[in-house]
Amino acid sequence: MELGVFSFGDVQRAKDGSLGPTSESVTNLLEAIRLADKVGLDVFGIGEHHTEYFPASSPSTLIAAAAATTKNIKLTSAVTVLSTDDPVRVYQQFAIADIISGGRVEIIAGRGSSTESFPLFGYDLRDYDELYAEKLDLLLKINASKDGKVKWEGKFRPALDNVEIVPRPKEKMNIWLATGGNPESSIRAARLGLPITYAIIGGHASRFAPLVELYHEAARQYKTPNADVRVAIATPGFIAEDAKDAKDTFWKSWGWAMTTLGKVRGFAAPTRDHYDAESNRDGALFAGSPEEIAERILELHKRIGHTRHIFQMDTGQLPHDKFLKSIELLGTKVAPIVRAALEAEKKKEEKVKNAKI
Amino acid sequence: MPKSKLGIIGSGRLGTAIARQSSKAGYEVRIANSRGPESLGLMLSVLLPGVIAGTVGGVIEQSDIIVLAIPLNQYKTLKPELFAAKVVIDAMNYWPPTEGAIKEFMNEEVTSSEYIQHYLKGAHVVKTLNHIAYNELEEHNLPAGDPKRRAMVLAGDDKEAKTVVSELIDAIGFDPVDLGELKNGKKFQPDTSLFNARYVANDL
Ligand SMILES: NC(=O)c1ccc[n+]([C@@H]2O[C@H](COP(=O)([O-])OP(=O)(O)OC[C@H]3O[C@@H](n4cnc5c(N)ncnc54)[C@H](OP(=O)(O)O)[C@@H]3O)[C@@H](O)[C@H]2O)c1
Repeated sequence: MELGVFSFGDVQRAKDGSLGPTSESVTNLLEAIRLADKVGLDVFGIGEHHTEYFPASSPSTLIAAAAATTKNIKLTSAVTVLSTDDPVRVYQQFAIADIISGGRVEIIAGRGSSTESFPLFGYDLRDYDELYAEKLDLLLKINASKDGKVKWEGKFRPALDNVEIVPRPKEKMNIWLATGGNPESSIRAARLGLPITYAIIGGHASRFAPLVELYHEAARQYKTPNADVRVAIATPGFIAEDAKDAKDTFWKSWGWAMTTLGKVRGFAAPTRDHYDAESNRDGALFAGSPEEIAERILELHKRIGHTRHIFQMDTGQLPHDKFLKSIELLGTKVAPIVRAALEAEKKKEEKVKNAKI
Repeated sequence: MPKSKLGIIGSGRLGTAIARQSSKAGYEVRIANSRGPESLGLMLSVLLPGVIAGTVGGVIEQSDIIVLAIPLNQYKTLKPELFAAKVVIDAMNYWPPTEGAIKEFMNEEVTSSEYIQHYLKGAHVVKTLNHIAYNELEEHNLPAGDPKRRAMVLAGDDKEAKTVVSELIDAIGFDPVDLGELKNGKKFQPDTSLFNARYVANDL
C-alpha cells in the first residue's frame, strides 16, 4: 500500500486573521514535500487550483522543483485539469520533471470538479465532456509514442502531423484517471488501460466499492493488462497524536473550507454533527490518531482493495506546523502499522495457498 | 397493483442513485443517457441489476414518472412533445459554478423548474431530489416513522403529480414535505438554506 499526501497549496492566515500571501504557500508546499520524502511516504500530489485560498495553479512547476530536492517519493499532479490545458504542454512539462526526478513523476488527469480554469483559459463549460475525452486521447497518444512523433487530429487544438514532442523520459510516464463517482468514468479508465483514482469527499468511503467492482469488470471485458489495473483513493485526512485534538483541529480547517466553498457554490455549511459522522468509522474524512487512521485505511482496504491512499490535509488555513506534524505521523506511525498488517495478511494468504498445494 | 414505472434520464451520479433506490423499493425502472442503451449494459449489470436500459425517447414513452437527472445545460435536447401528461421530477439545478452560466436561467424571477415546466408544456413538473447530495440518497434513507428520517421538500402545480412523487420519496426512505406551488422551488435551489442541508420534517 502506497501512502501519501496531496495538497492544493493551502494559504496560511496572517497574524491579523486575514488571508496570508499566496507566495508563502509555494515555499510551504515545497517544505512539506521534502518532509514527506524524508519520513518515507510514497507519494505527494499537487492539485491544480486557481484561487486565493488554493494557489497551486501550476503543479508541474512545483513538481519540477520538488523533483530536484527529493530522493524517493513519487510526485504527481492531483489533479491536472486536463480539459483546459494543452496536452502537448502538459506532457512536456511533466516529462521534464520526470527526467529531473529520475522517473518518479506521474500525472493524474481529471476533468476537474472546480471549474475556475474554464473561464480563466477561455473554455466553455458546455464542452466539459468533449474537451476531456479529446485531450486525454492526445495525452495518452503522446505518452505511448515509441519514437516521440505524434500524428493526431481533433477539434480543440491544431492537428499534429508526425510532430516530435520532446524530451522523452526513459520510460512511459504513469498517467492515472481521476473520478468523483460518475460510473462512466470507471469504465473509461479500464477501457483506456489506466489506473484509477477515486476522489471521495464525503459520505461513506466504502460506497465506492461497487464502482471499483465496475472498474474491475470493465478491465476484464476490455482485457486491460493486470499491471495497469490499480485503484487509488484520495480523501481528506489529518493526523495528530491525540484523536480528539486531530478531530477538533481538522473540524476547524475543513469546516471552514467547506463553509467558504459553500458560499461560492451556494450550498449550506456543514454542521459539527455532520462532520462527526463523517470523520469516524466508514466516513470519508480520515481525521484522528495514527492508530485510528491506520485501522480505518485497513478497513477500507478490505472493502475495496486499493493500493494507494493519499490524504488532503491542508485546507481552510490549517496551521503549517500542524500540517507538517500530520505528514510526519503518517510516515512514521501510520505507515508502519499499515505495512505490517498488510504484510502479515499476505503471509497468511500464502500459507493458506501453500497448504492447498 | 402493478408497479409504477419510473424512467430516469441521466445515468450519472444522481441518476444511478435514484435508479438503485427506486428499484429496491419495487418500481419498474428504466434509464437512459445520451449515448444509447448499448453504452449502459456493463454498468447496469454490475451496479443496477434489474434496471432496464433504453433510449431517451423510449424511456419517456414507457414510464409514468420521468426523472430529469442530466446537466441543466442539456435540457434543450429533450423533446417537449414526448412529455405530454407525464409526471416529471426535475432534479436539475441551475448551478453556474459547476455547469457555467446559461442565459435563459439568469432571470432570478423565474426558477429553473418553472422554465422547464414552460418548456415541457403538457408535463406536470415537480421539483425535488435536487437539494440532496446523490450519495446521501443511499446513506440517509430511513424507514417511515423513524424520528431521524430526513425530509425531502417538493414543489409543483399539479396535486396528483405531487401525490405520486410523494409516494416515491416515501418509498425510497424520506419524508416528503410539500412546499406548495412550483414557484416555491426558489426556497430550495442552490444558494438557499435548504440546499444540501439536513432537516427532519418537523423542522420545516
Ligand atoms: N450529483 C449530485 O449529488 C446531484 C444532486 C442533486 C441534483 N443534481 C443534479 O442532477 C443533474 C445531474 O447531475 P450528476 O451529478 O448526476 O451529473 P453526472 O454524474 O455528470 O451525470 C450526468 C448524466 O447525464 C447524462 N446526459 C448528459 N446529457 C444528456 C442528454 N442530452 N441526454 C441524456 N442524457 C444526458 C450523462 O450521460 P452520458 O454519459 O451519455 O453523457 C450522464 O449519465 C444536474 O442537473 C445536477 O445539478 C446532482
